[in-house]
Formats: sequence, C-alpha cells, structure tokens
Amino acid sequence: MKRWRRDIAVIVLFVGAILILTTSSDSGVLLNFLMMALYATLLAQAWNILGGFGGQFSFGHALFFGTGAYIQSIAQMQWGLGAWAALPLALLGAAMVGIFVGALSFRYGLKGSYFALVTLAFAEVFRILALSVNFTGAGVGLMLPLKESLANMQFGSPRGYVYLILVFVVLALLISCWLRHSRFGAYLQAIRDNEDAARALGVNPFGIKLGAIALSAALMGAGGAFYVQVFHYIDPGLAFGPHTSVEALVAAIVGGMGTLWGPVLGAFLLHGLSDITRNLFGQLPGINMIIYGLVLVLIVTFMPRGIAGLSATLRARLGGRNG
Amino acid sequence: MFDSAILIPSLLNGITTGAVYALIALGLTLIYGVLHIINFAHGAGLMLALYGVYLLKERLGIDPYLALPVMVVGMFLLGYCLQRLVINRASHGKDENILLVTLGLSIIMENAALLAFQSDTRSIETPYTLATVTIGPAMIAVPKLVAFAGALVVSAILVWLIQATDLGRAIRAVAREKQGAKLMGIHVDHVYAISFGIGLACLGAAACFLLPAYYVNPQVGNGFVLVAFTIVVLGGMGSFTGALLGGLLIGVVESLGGLYLGESLGQIGIFGIFILVLLFRPQGLFGARS
Repeated sequence: MKRWRRDIAVIVLFVGAILILTTSSDSGVLLNFLMMALYATLLAQAWNILGGFGGQFSFGHALFFGTGAYIQSIAQMQWGLGAWAALPLALLGAAMVGIFVGALSFRYGLKGSYFALVTLAFAEVFRILALSVNFTGAGVGLMLPLKESLANMQFGSPRGYVYLILVFVVLALLISCWLRHSRFGAYLQAIRDNEDAARALGVNPFGIKLGAIALSAALMGAGGAFYVQVFHYIDPGLAFGPHTSVEALVAAIVGGMGTLWGPVLGAFLLHGLSDITRNLFGQLPGINMIIYGLVLVLIVTFMPRGIAGLSATLRARLGGRNG
Repeated sequence: MFDSAILIPSLLNGITTGAVYALIALGLTLIYGVLHIINFAHGAGLMLALYGVYLLKERLGIDPYLALPVMVVGMFLLGYCLQRLVINRASHGKDENILLVTLGLSIIMENAALLAFQSDTRSIETPYTLATVTIGPAMIAVPKLVAFAGALVVSAILVWLIQATDLGRAIRAVAREKQGAKLMGIHVDHVYAISFGIGLACLGAAACFLLPAYYVNPQVGNGFVLVAFTIVVLGGMGSFTGALLGGLLIGVVESLGGLYLGESLGQIGIFGIFILVLLFRPQGLFGARS
C-alpha cells in the first residue's frame, strides 16, 4: 500500500512539472518537443506493458497503432462520428485486433522470436490489406479535414495536444503502476520470468497474456488516434510500417523494460537526442533511425536493464556477478 | 483461368525466383541451426550486398557474375566480424538480446544506405538484362535462368561444405552440443562467427544473381526478410532440404498469387502461409518437433 502511494506521488509530480512547463511557456519549440516526446512515451509505455511486464517481444506493434489511426479517421470521415466519439472505437478496435493476434499466438504457445515474427507478419498483412481495399483510401491514404476546435479534437497550438497526450500518458502510467502492485501484474511478471512455474502455481498464462496484449494494443491505438488528430493524414506505410514498432520498442528497452519510468526516460532521451542531431546535421534522411539503432545495440550490450536499471547493472558488475 | 500458356510461364518464373529465395533462406537457416539465433538483419545484409554488386558494376565496371567471389568473401568477412565483435558481446547468453541487437543492426544498415544512396531505386544494365530464352510455351529471362542454376550450385557447395569437410563437422558439432565441442578443443566463438559469415556469404552470392534482373533501394531487404523467414519456418528451422524446397514453393506461391490476386495482394499468400505454419506446425514441414 505504501509503495502504491509513492508511485502515485511521483506521477502527480511528473504531471505537475509538465503542466507548469506547458502553461508557462509560449515557446513553440518546447511545446512541440513536449508533445512529440509524450507521444513517444505513450507508444513506449504501450509496448512496455506486453514486452516489459509480460516478456512478449512484439516487433509489430504498428499493427495496433495503425488500426487505431485508421478507425479514428474512418469513423469521422465515413461514419459521420465526432472525434471524441471515434476515440473509444479506435481504442476498442485496436484492443480487439490485439486480442485476435494474442489469442492465435498464445493459444499455440508462440514465444520469443516466433512471437516477434508473427506480430511482424500480421503488421505486414494489414499494411498490404490497407493498400488493397478502398475504404482505407488505398495507397493515397486518408486526409482528415482540418477543422480546428475542441469538439473536433483539433487544436490551433501544440498546447492543446500536450494536454490531450498527457491524459493518455497518465492513463498508461496508472496502468503500469497497477501492473506493479496488483495480482494481475504479479501474475504477468511471473509468466515472464518462468511460464511453466507460474502455470504450476495455478496462474492461467493464456488469459493473463491476453489481458496484457489487449491493454497494450488499446494504448497503442490511442497513439494512432492521436497521430491522425495531430497530422490529419494516414497511409498504409505510416500506419503499419516498421518505423512505429521500432520507435515504441527501442524507447522502452533503452529506458528500462518492465519499469514504471523506463519508457518515459527512454522516450524523452531518444527524442532529445534526435532533436539535437537534427540541429547538428540538418534534415538528413535516416540519421534519426541510425541513432535509434546504435542506441539499441549499445544499450543491449552494456546496459541490459536500461537506464532505469542502471544502478542494478552497475551493482551486478561491481559485485562480480554476471549482469 | 487455368490457361497453360499463362500458367506455365508463371510457374517457371516462380521456380527461378524461388531458387534465389532458397539461397537467401539457406544462409538464415544455417545461422539459426548453429547459433540458435534469429538473424533479424538478414534482409538488411542482402540489401548491403546488392549495393555492393551495384557499386562494383557502376564504379569499377565489374560484371555482377564476375563479382561473385568478391561479394562472397566480403560478406563473409562482414558476417564474421559482426558476430565476433558485436552480436556475441551483446548477447549475454539471452536469445531476446540477439533478436534486439540484430534488429538494431538492420535499422543501422538500412538507414546508413538511405543516407548514402537516398531512397532512389537503382538498377544496373548488362548486355543480358533483357535477353530471354524460350522453354516450351514460356519465355524466361536469361538472368533468372542463371540465378536459378547459380543458386542451386551454391546451395550444393554449401551442403557439401557442411556435410563433408572438417569445418562442416566442427560446425555441426557446435550446433548439436556446444559444451562437448568445446571440450574436444573446438573454438566455439570462432565456429559461431564462421557460421554467421557463411550465412552472410550466401547473401553475397544471392545478390550477384539477383541484381541483373532486379533492383536495389534501402528498403529492399524488408521484402525479403519475411519471405526468408517464411521459408525457414516452413522448411523447419535449421533444415537445408527444407529451405531449398520451401524456397521453391514460396517462389511458386508468390508467382501464382501475383497472377490471380494481383501484385500486392499476392504477397498476402506468403504471409498467410507464414502465420499458419507458425501457428499450426512451428517445427516446419521437415523439422523434428523439439
């Protein structure tokens, strides 16, 4: 109970700090940075629920991102719904795709590399389907009409978007906090550490993992919905291409898998890093992703627990135990 | 719908493409069979090899087929160094780490190519690029026929290398029983790196056969990586026969899928097979259940 309270207190501090920065500054650069870093945080947190707490490494999380993005666009453009009414559908749709993929994969016991590959394949199937059918606008994509108002979830300045994404991030933080301290979370982490042992103790791995992938996918879907509200455009490559999957997993791993603050740290650090390189090298194509790749390799090699686990890694190294 | 004048050329086309797929998959399955790791950077490796062939042709005027020894040796060295210096150090004995490191490597390679060559699609021109031969009702492009024959020859050499040489025996020993091999005086890290090198050398050869009838851009590996994984999973992880037959089968599926469903939707046939095999028969058609 005490640890619960400490986590919540830090979350309140974090939200307070973001709010103070957002309300006190009129700097477009700062607001844009906050918006994109929080957006990256959400993706990383979503991946972390399944990958970090659950140990199921997905290489195709763009699948859920793209589903959310398309539902958010299609509900507004073709079903005549408002942006706020579309949002729960986007989350729900992404969660259902997550349950579908999870039910298939976990039912047949896919783990480790196999699970990573099957998620990647599903994302690719969805990308090709989105290219081939009409209601997604095929290769042309969907352009959301620009209508700035609160009712349309479109804001004139990045400030409104910062508030919106902050809500999602706090939701994800609360879910992660719940995973750290609840029975469900304990089961999930037990399955990650040793599935057979967990099953022997009466845990139902299938149901728990399914719950985790549904939560993870719904948050990823929220990320997709946010993306179209900000950029007003989605196409099959943006939605289901590998870029988003990579962004989500690298930030979570760099920050520290299975921790509350790791994804936040990782996302802010990587976004800061990519902003700095953009200032240094200009808009060179690919340089951002090269840095993501390099950081991933270096972190896995030298800091397998990520930034949040740095002290544990150092202790293990200095103590002579195998880190 | 089943007109043989369309069907047979399509089948032959599929088989010739499939042979190159098989060669790519052989490299992947060798790496999996020996190191028990999934080399996620396999597609990016092929992309680098294709750029290698492209540069040799455009800058030095070396014909792709003559570039074969250069590419095979070059890719072998790249693979050896990557495994020895990067992947082995990062693994900490965990499969997940290797998956992530090879993913990281593939991101770096792909975007380094983007930086160096922009996203333009490039191809080369050779005297035989447009040459064709007629086989029955089908016209087959000469580069595809060469690729087919070449892929089979390289595959045969690879199988001979693994089955009949001392190096192959060492590789198989390490694959089966790492500790035992170590006790027999085999340098395990060295054998690992050699296996990884051979896996990438297959890509060097495949690139030489592929480029005269194909193209290269920084994303070109993405298309191949899932195809190669499909073949390896279909044939059974670590099985050479499986990779060969799986490659031919996938080539035919892709070609027929493209014929009946259209170019982009035809690709779904491959991923459909991939997902189904992973779910229902993860040991593959030729692999033993572990």
